[in-house]
Amino acid sequence: MSTFDVAVIGAGIVGSAIARELAGYELSVALLEARDDVGDDTSKANTAILHTGFDAKPGTLESRLVREGYHLLYGYADRTGIPVERTGALLVAWTTEELDALPGLKEKAELNGYDRTEIVGAEEVYRLAPHLGEGALGGLTVPDESIVCTWTTNLALATEAVLRGVTLLLNHRVLSVEKPVEEHETATILRTSEGDVTARWVVNAAGLGADVVDRLFGHDRFTVTPRRGELLVYDKLARPLANRIILPVPSSRGKGVLVSPTVYGNVLLGPTAEDLIDRTDTGTSEQGLEFLLEKGHRIMPELLEEEVTAAYAGLRAATDHQDYLIEADAERRYVLVGGIRSTGLTAGMAIARHVTDLAGKAGLPLVPRDDLPEPPRMPNLGEAFLRPYQDAERIAADPAYGKVVCFCERVTEGEIRDALHSPIPPAGLEGLRRRTRAMNGRCQGFFCGAEIANLLEADR
Amino acid sequence: MSETVTTLTPAVVVVGAGPSGLSAARELAPRVGEVLVLDRESTAGGIPRHSDHPGYGVRDMGRFMDGPSYARRLVRQAREAGATIRTNATVTGWAGERAIEVTTPQGRLLVEAGAVVLATGARERPRPARLIPGDRPRGVYTTGHLQNLVHLKHGKVGERAVVVGAELVSWSAALTLREAGCRTVLMTTEYPRPDSYALFSGPGKVLFGTKVATRTRVSRIIGRPCLRAVEIEDLDTGHRRIVECDTLILTGDWIPDHELARTAGIAIDPGTRGPLVDSALRTDRPGVFAVGNLLHPVDTADVAAIDGAHVARSVTAWLDGGSWPVGEGVRLLAGEPFVWVAPEILRPGDPVPARRRLLLWGERYIRLPHVVLRQGGRVVARRRVWWPVAPGRVFRVPTDMLSTVDPLGGPVTISAEP
Repeated sequence: MSTFDVAVIGAGIVGSAIARELAGYELSVALLEARDDVGDDTSKANTAILHTGFDAKPGTLESRLVREGYHLLYGYADRTGIPVERTGALLVAWTTEELDALPGLKEKAELNGYDRTEIVGAEEVYRLAPHLGEGALGGLTVPDESIVCTWTTNLALATEAVLRGVTLLLNHRVLSVEKPVEEHETATILRTSEGDVTARWVVNAAGLGADVVDRLFGHDRFTVTPRRGELLVYDKLARPLANRIILPVPSSRGKGVLVSPTVYGNVLLGPTAEDLIDRTDTGTSEQGLEFLLEKGHRIMPELLEEEVTAAYAGLRAATDHQDYLIEADAERRYVLVGGIRSTGLTAGMAIARHVTDLAGKAGLPLVPRDDLPEPPRMPNLGEAFLRPYQDAERIAADPAYGKVVCFCERVTEGEIRDALHSPIPPAGLEGLRRRTRAMNGRCQGFFCGAEIANLLEADR
Repeated sequence: MSETVTTLTPAVVVVGAGPSGLSAARELAPRVGEVLVLDRESTAGGIPRHSDHPGYGVRDMGRFMDGPSYARRLVRQAREAGATIRTNATVTGWAGERAIEVTTPQGRLLVEAGAVVLATGARERPRPARLIPGDRPRGVYTTGHLQNLVHLKHGKVGERAVVVGAELVSWSAALTLREAGCRTVLMTTEYPRPDSYALFSGPGKVLFGTKVATRTRVSRIIGRPCLRAVEIEDLDTGHRRIVECDTLILTGDWIPDHELARTAGIAIDPGTRGPLVDSALRTDRPGVFAVGNLLHPVDTADVAAIDGAHVARSVTAWLDGGSWPVGEGVRLLAGEPFVWVAPEILRPGDPVPARRRLLLWGERYIRLPHVVLRQGGRVVARRRVWWPVAPGRVFRVPTDMLSTVDPLGGPVTISAEP
C-alpha cells in the first residue's frame, strides 16, 4: 500500500472533521475506523446539543474550541442540510443553593464570551416551560443553545472527507505501531486488523481508545475512563411538553439530568453518569433507569405518562484532565487529540482547524487545494424541515419518496435506497437507522423491521 | 396548496384496513356513497394477515378460519360492497376537522370527508417502552414483529426462545416460533397463573414442552451483539437466575395506535389510552368516529370487526344531518380489578353497545366473579357471571345490567368481586 501523508485514527465526529479539514490541502489522507461504520461509538449516542460553551471552564482550550465550533457547525449545517434548531436552553434551579449559583453561572458565561444569558424568576420559568414539575425557584436562560442531529453531522463530515479524496478504511483497528525511530525514516506503520497502513503523519482521534493508541506511540499521558450515560427517548407525542432544553444547575448534590427536545421530534431524558471499566458496555442498567425516572418525575411528571421509544447508553471519554488534550509531536509526526468529551460534537470542526494548525507548525506542509468539491447535501432527518414524505413535488417526480416504509418515523423507500447508495453506505440495520431514522420509532420494528431487513438484503 | 396534491372528497374515509375498518367500509359502502379505506401497509387486512393459525371469524362471520383467509375475506367483502381500498397510503396529519393529509407513491392526497372513522388498531409495547435493562442485542422481538418476519417475509429466528407473557397472544407467538423451528424454553408471566384460556395452558404444555414461570419477570437482557440469555426474577423471593436463549419474544402489553387521534386533540380515555367514545362510537370531535382495538386494546379480531359494523348506523345518521351530542352522559369507569372499560359513555337514546356487551380489562384472576355496578355511592346492579376475569384478555359484561342505571345519576363504576 502506498504511503499516506496523514492517517487519522477514529472516524467519529472529531476524526472525520480532521480528515475533512486536512483534505482541504494537498495531502493524501487515510481515515481509519475500528468499527464497520463511521460515528458508531460516542458520536452516535450523546445528547445532541450544539453548545454555546456558556458553562465551559473559562480560559481552557475546550472553552475556545466549543465557542468557535458552535459557529463553524452552524454554518456547516446550513450548507449541508444538517438539521439544527435553536430552541434555547433554560437552567432550572430547584433549591436555594442552585438559585444562588445562577449569578456565578452568568458570570462564567460572560468569561466564556457568551453574554446573552439572563436570570429569570419562577414565573418566567413556568411561562417558558409550562410543563415543568412543581417547585422551580428560578432559572437562567441560554437563548442560543441548540439541538442538532449528531448522526448527520458525523456522516456529513465523513462524506465530505471522502468526496475530497480521503481513503476511508473501515474495520481497521490499530493493533500496534511501528514509529520512525531514526531521522531519515519518514513514515509510521500502523498495524491494523486489516493489514498495514503507512503514513508520514498520524493523528490520534480514537476517542474511547485514544489513551491506548497514545501508549502505542510510547506516551503515558492520560487514561480514558468510559463514563456511561443512559438516556431515555420519549415518543413524539411528548414533544409539545418540551419546547426547549431544560438543563440542571450543577450543585453539590452532583450533576442532574436534562430534558431536551430532539431534532427528530422526540424528547430526551438523561444522561446518567457512571464510570465504568468496560469500554464497550453500552447496556442500560436497572439503577440507571430508576434514577432517570425519579429525576424525570421531578422535572416533568407528564413526560413519564408518554411512551419510551428508546433506552440506550452512550460512553463518553472522561479523562483525568480538566481540558482537551491536543498536542503535536513534531519529531514523531504524531498528534494526540484526546479527552474530547461530550462537547466534541460542537467543537469538532474547530478542533480540526486547531489540529491542522498545530501539525502545520510542526512541519506538515499545508498547501491549500483550489479544486475542492462542493460539500454534500445531506438527507434531512429533522422535523423542522421538509421531509420527503411531505414533499408533493418530490413524490410526483419519484414515487419511491411516497412509499412510506417505516410508519412511525415516516421514512420512505426512496430514502432507504439513497442511503444504501450513498458515498458511505451503512454496514447494517444500525447504520441504516442513523442515516434514515428507520425503525427508531415507537413500534421499534413491529411493522417495518422485516420489510427493511429485506430491502437491505436485496441490495447486497 | 401545491398542484401536485390531489383532493378527494369521499362521504367517509376509514383509516386502517384491518378487521374493524374493513367491516365498517363493508356496511357503509352500500348506504352512504363513496367510502375510501386507507392503509399504510402494502396489503390490506391488518394484523390477521400475520397470524397463520385458525381461530378467526367466529363471532362476526360464524366461521372458523385462519388469519390470512379471514383477512382476504374481509377485503373482498368491503370491495364487493363498493368501498375503495388504497394501500401504501399513510395518513400523516390533519388538514381540517374531517380532512386528512395522506402520502402515497401516487402522490400526496388531501382527503376531505363527510365522516372519518379511525380504525388504526393497537400494537404491543416493544422492549424500550417496557424499560427492560441490559444489553441491546439482536433477537428481541414483539409478537407482531416475529409473525411479520416469519409469516410474511419468511425470515429466520433463533433456536431457543423465552416468551414474555402467557396470554392468548403469547401462545400465538409460541406457535409461530415452532413453525420457524425455534423451541420455546420458557414463558414468563407476572401473574400468579397462566393468563390464557385453559384450552391453551394444558395442551400448550404438552404441545410445546414449555414451562410457564408464574410471578416472574425478565430483569435483564444479556448478550452483544446477539442475545445470549435473560435474567429472570422471581417477584416473590427476589431470586434471580439466568436462562440461556437466543430469541426473546415480548407479547401482550398493548397500546392503541392513537397518534392520529391525539394529534387531532380528540379526548383520550386514560384507561384504554384510545379515544373516549360513546356507545355509538363517536369521539368528541364532530364527524369523527373510532372503532376496533384502537378503543379496546386488545380484543379478538372478530370483536373488532363487529365494532366496524356497529359504527355504520351512527355514521349514516351523522351523514343524514344528525347532530353531534354534547355533554357527558353517563361516564363508565373501571373499578377493581379492571383498568379500563369500553365504550366509556352512555347516553339515553344512543344505540346499545356492539354485541350488547361492555368490554373490560382485568388485572387479577377471579374465577366466578360478581359484577358490581355502583352509581353515586350505591350499588345499582350486582350479578354473578360464569366466566372468569383473567389478565390478558377482555372481560365482557352484558349491557342489560345497565337497565337500573340512572341516566342523570352521574358516573357508574364497574368492578368485580369473588
